[in-house]
Amino acid sequence: MSTDQNPSVPGSKDGTELIRFDRVTKRFGSNTVLDNLDFTVAPGKHVTLIGPSGSGKTTILRLLMTLIRPDEGTIRVDGDCLTHEDKGGVLHPAGEKHIREVRKKIGMVFQQFNLFPNMKVLRNITEAPVHVLGMSKDEAEERARELLELVGLTEHIDKYPTQLSGGQQQRVAIARALAMRPQVLLLDEVTSALDPELVAGVLDVLRDIAHSTDITMLCVTHEMNFARDISDDVLMFDQGKVIESGSPEKIFNDPENERTREFLSAIL
Amino acid sequence: MNSWSWSVVQEFMPRFWDGVIITLEALALGTLIAFTLGLFWALAQRSSVRWIRVPVVAFTEFVRNTPLLVQLFFLFYVVPEWGPSMSALTTGIVGLGLHYSTYTAEVYRAGIDGVPAGQWEAATALNLPRVHTWRAVILPQAIRRVVPALGNYVVAMLKDSPMIAVIGALDMLGEARAFSNETFTSEALTVVGVAFILIAYPASLLMRYLERRLVH
Repeated sequence: MSTDQNPSVPGSKDGTELIRFDRVTKRFGSNTVLDNLDFTVAPGKHVTLIGPSGSGKTTILRLLMTLIRPDEGTIRVDGDCLTHEDKGGVLHPAGEKHIREVRKKIGMVFQQFNLFPNMKVLRNITEAPVHVLGMSKDEAEERARELLELVGLTEHIDKYPTQLSGGQQQRVAIARALAMRPQVLLLDEVTSALDPELVAGVLDVLRDIAHSTDITMLCVTHEMNFARDISDDVLMFDQGKVIESGSPEKIFNDPENERTREFLSAIL
Repeated sequence: MNSWSWSVVQEFMPRFWDGVIITLEALALGTLIAFTLGLFWALAQRSSVRWIRVPVVAFTEFVRNTPLLVQLFFLFYVVPEWGPSMSALTTGIVGLGLHYSTYTAEVYRAGIDGVPAGQWEAATALNLPRVHTWRAVILPQAIRRVVPALGNYVVAMLKDSPMIAVIGALDMLGEARAFSNETFTSEALTVVGVAFILIAYPASLLMRYLERRLVH
């Protein structure tokens, strides 16, 4: 873990950036998945990461969610460093307590939903607000009902996840993530595990959330129409680096980079 | 000796019931110890602290790979030399429970390993505290899928329970052997054989029922 980063890297309390990657490198064995990556995301923006598989998109989300740690570099969310903590002017690798504090700002929806199968829908949503945020049970349930209404699943509140379709499970997972009121929502190929006819329902819910809230979204997807529809920015990844970025109009209609053109023509 | 006598059976009955009570007591309390201690071993074996993990792994391997009979003798004759001395029945229960806890530990371990990584990741993403993740997310799923395997060890423990007679805790087989030796009869052994089936078979059926209910 490198500690040679400048500790005075400006925070982002000025509101211009919510997420900041500084020279982040992540290797799995001899395979360098992210290579000295820099990028920032402004608050409230919806950013889509595209690129061939193995290009490091999902790794970015997993780093932000602290499911894995970078080998080098720093990651900041809302000015707080996820990877390091400042102890008397020296940066040390972040401890569990520090990470837990910063992690509150981030929520994630997974490709495989990862609902808790031993809990009914309602408790899947209320568990963390009650046990992490210290919300009262009544308040958490009230909020869970609102969120289930948002994702259109009010009538399934007393079912177990296995009694729901994949699309319904994924909508519960979205509600569960939102119940923690994160500033950043990470969406990791959230429709890839769904039968084709169930994709639209999930994307509609996300579109609603994208258009009606000021939550910052970071999205890895192969649904280019959805990316076009909700994104403010699209980042094209290849071999651990951002090779092109811009508005969805520019990237999808008029990409400059040869690799971007190849990638888009292969999947569109 | 070669004709069946109901009057012998009747004569054996009072001691038979004494034995049944010892057998069931050993089985119930032994199971309780095996199930709780096994879970404790399984969690300790995953500890990130080396000086917890390594001794526990070594101890459970040792107990699992030595005969229950030797352990019972050790607990009854050696441990009191420098430790607490327990009654024969208590020693038998502790011996059975301890021995089988090293097997249930493996069962729990398999169950815990079988919980998908995504469950841990979801718990992390929701910032659930680690202890709470174990209690509310991981263990309920892990235990649910290993109930049938745990049940098999209850039946195995029932079949091993006569071993406690070697240190003087007369279970139903111990009573039958004593009775048969005193009276030069064999009916008591048959009675006990049937009794084992009458306890073990419903237990197997219960396990199969739980398996259908809990594991999909």
